[in-house]
Amino acid sequence: MTLLAVDNITVRYGRLTALRGISLNIAEGEILFVIGPNGAGKSTLLNAIAGVVPPVSGTIAMHGLAVTGAPPEQIARSGFSLVPEGRNVFGALTIEENLKVGAGMRADKHKVAGDLESVYREFPVLAERRHAAAGMLSGGEQQMLVIGRALMTSPRLMAIDEPSLGLAPKIIDQVYEILVWLRAQRKLTLLIVEQSSTRALMTGGRMILMRGGRIVLEGAAGDMVKDERLKQAYFGFGDH
Amino acid sequence: MTELLQIVFDALSLGSLYALGALGIALIFGVMRLVNFAHGDFIATCVFAMLWPSINAAAIVFAGNLPFYLLIPLLLLVGAALSVLSEVIVFRRFRNANPATMMIASFALGFAIRNFLLMLYSSRPKSITLWPSLSLPVEVWGARIPMLQVVTIIITLAVLAVLTLFLKRTRYGLEMRAAAENFTMARMLGVRANAVILLAFAISGMLAAAIGLILATNSGTADIGMGANVMLIAFIATVIGGLGSVPGAVAGGFLIGGASSVFQATLPHDARVFRDAFVYGAVIVVLLVRPQGLFAPKSAKQRV
Repeated sequence: MTLLAVDNITVRYGRLTALRGISLNIAEGEILFVIGPNGAGKSTLLNAIAGVVPPVSGTIAMHGLAVTGAPPEQIARSGFSLVPEGRNVFGALTIEENLKVGAGMRADKHKVAGDLESVYREFPVLAERRHAAAGMLSGGEQQMLVIGRALMTSPRLMAIDEPSLGLAPKIIDQVYEILVWLRAQRKLTLLIVEQSSTRALMTGGRMILMRGGRIVLEGAAGDMVKDERLKQAYFGFGDH
Repeated sequence: MTELLQIVFDALSLGSLYALGALGIALIFGVMRLVNFAHGDFIATCVFAMLWPSINAAAIVFAGNLPFYLLIPLLLLVGAALSVLSEVIVFRRFRNANPATMMIASFALGFAIRNFLLMLYSSRPKSITLWPSLSLPVEVWGARIPMLQVVTIIITLAVLAVLTLFLKRTRYGLEMRAAAENFTMARMLGVRANAVILLAFAISGMLAAAIGLILATNSGTADIGMGANVMLIAFIATVIGGLGSVPGAVAGGFLIGGASSVFQATLPHDARVFRDAFVYGAVIVVLLVRPQGLFAPKSAKQRV
């Protein structure tokens, strides 16, 4: 069943067109990688879905419900949670407070305490320091915190913008281990944005290649590596 | 000793007033990056709400005659309503404008409110007597302190305690702090932008009403410009404390109040008329040493 349906959306920042007619579907339980070089429009795509930058045309629907042009807080309520690039912890708040902000909007209050405990089980490093200011955490720990915070919203679809940005390879491995495990545990649908195809290949799943605000290539990650157009997207001369 | 105690009470009560004003400014700045220069006019409006509109010098007291347990909630309501209305009618349209545009909008709103008051009440200051018993002195460890000073300090401490509990212990307080740090991120976690901003405006308006009550009781007059002076110093207090930091705003308010009282007491007699120059001089020194303010939040970055 289709969880997220993006149909032909265009996004502009002033005169600059960042997305030119993007369409994609994500099925329940699937893992989708969106990759592409700098400036391809990957982050803009996530921001458009999250309601931060409304598309000028096209539609977005979460499990059949149109959310095009809705404010971010409403889209969050429809079950979409975005972990944006650069992590964005609330540095002056404690770790536990960060997690609780994510749970504030939920209707099922009685489940929140249990979810908090399970996030702490999944990320023991957060449990140890739950009353410390989030700003004091290392980059890798902050990444764990924002993933945990996104989980506290009880999302059906979690999108993560460049989870490996600025992290040591060992920590990146950890982050992906957790993501894969969470997906299996919680039946989470994942939308992951990365610069390169490396992680997509290691993790498996479907992959979309973007360039110049368009989707260039789409398919199973394993099949796409062999495609000459993948290399061209990064090194070749496109048509934009 | 009694003289020292006198200075301490002067400093604390003046600082309380500035701290309450700085809080009202800092809360709104936190969630909207708006420096609300109309805040002083909110204060004046709350004071004039106690009088019938008239252009005579002798004021006809209206709500001011009510017993305190009705008058205080009524004025808090007036302050909150005015502040919330300003958000809905004016500031909401500037939500995504740059901070300078929003600031100018707040100046314009302030002018509009002031002239509206002028129309109804004329520019003549009016005398207003509230709770005369509060101006009687009480004896504290041998020093004679005006009751109002003691009450002002107690009220401020109570307000600070309640506000701290609200910000730390309730869901909406938590959301307000999160929104103050990163508004877009907070919204993406389901925090309702309008609710948080309206709440900040409501609290700020109530703080303005509290200041209005204290000022009116203290001075016994209602003057259209009475809020502007407090607003200016409160704004400077938020800058010293670090714009965007709520504890910083409170500390800044008490620091300026303290500095004023200490200069007032210790400067040579001929220099006392220049007390404010010394206070602002100290402000400049603080900002030269720490341009970001004393308690600047690490996350004082621009919103997306």
